[in-house]
Amino acid sequence: MNNTMYPIAVIGVIAVVTWVLRAFPFLLFGNRPLPKVIRYLGKALPPAIMTVLVIYCLRDISFGQSPFGIPELAACALVVILQVVRKNMYLSIIAGTVCYMILIRVM
Amino acid sequence: MKELRFAVKNTIPIFFTYLFIGIAFGILMSDAGYSVLLTTASSFFIFAGSMQLVMVPMMTSGASLLSLAVMAFFVNARHIFYGIGFIDKFRKMGWRYPYMILTLTDETYSVLCSVKYDEGLDEDKAAFLIAMLDHFYWVFGCFIGACAGRFFQFDMRGIEFSATAFFLVVVVNQWRQYRTRLPFLTAAVCALGFYLLLGKEYFLIPTLVSCVAALLFLRKPVEQQEGTADE
Repeated sequence: MNNTMYPIAVIGVIAVVTWVLRAFPFLLFGNRPLPKVIRYLGKALPPAIMTVLVIYCLRDISFGQSPFGIPELAACALVVILQVVRKNMYLSIIAGTVCYMILIRVM
Repeated sequence: MKELRFAVKNTIPIFFTYLFIGIAFGILMSDAGYSVLLTTASSFFIFAGSMQLVMVPMMTSGASLLSLAVMAFFVNARHIFYGIGFIDKFRKMGWRYPYMILTLTDETYSVLCSVKYDEGLDEDKAAFLIAMLDHFYWVFGCFIGACAGRFFQFDMRGIEFSATAFFLVVVVNQWRQYRTRLPFLTAAVCALGFYLLLGKEYFLIPTLVSCVAALLFLRKPVEQQEGTADE
């Protein structure tokens, strides 16, 4: 494959794979009425998926070596505390991110 | 346009995340010698940040299309699970239906999961604008990074934590919304278990599969605690 076609083919292949994955549940059920069990999963899965995503975002922490995951854990604690106390999403995210960016530089 | 104002307000955290990660991707692509057009097109069509970042080194080393497809499958397989909660909602959205499905990223998914629509708002229109704005932020960030990456001299290391912070905020809000704690606990136990068992590269998909299995098994207690069994 020549040099101009290769990147275009790469983008096409990745896009199609990603689209098929995103469309999978929709393709599976078409226009049929949803089974009750899928409706149940639609309600019960989101909190589980979001919890998994948070843990997935923190997967690169190494507790064995400096700074022992302290920037991540401290920033996460700040986000949770602010969100519980002040209930202001913007404040929680900005404060947590700034806290993290400072801690990874000073630790 | 109260729907647009609402959508902007609810996607501000995503704006910052996508802008900075998009710029990082744009710089990576331009350093690897790819054109602005190609970078922008890849962001428009693929719209999956982590896969696009993985794509750059694979593309420069001339990896085969098959290996790129397999990589894309494993990096993005989590998206299979996102549609399950939105089948009924998206179906009702007419011509917007395919667009909503194809742009369901981690971030758009979490906004749509947690958003509380105001009284008197056209919900379908607002959801569509949320998806479109997120898509636009991503393409815009990548474009800026590809054109002007070398002018960004300040050190933005750590800005990617804003995505983690956003996901965490969604979990805190869900913790308040849901009466049952079982989905959160199931997810934490499965994720930590598979993380220890398989390591950080491979734990995600087994974790998601086992969450589905465990929640099916726990259907009765979850529905009892949530009070939705008769719905």
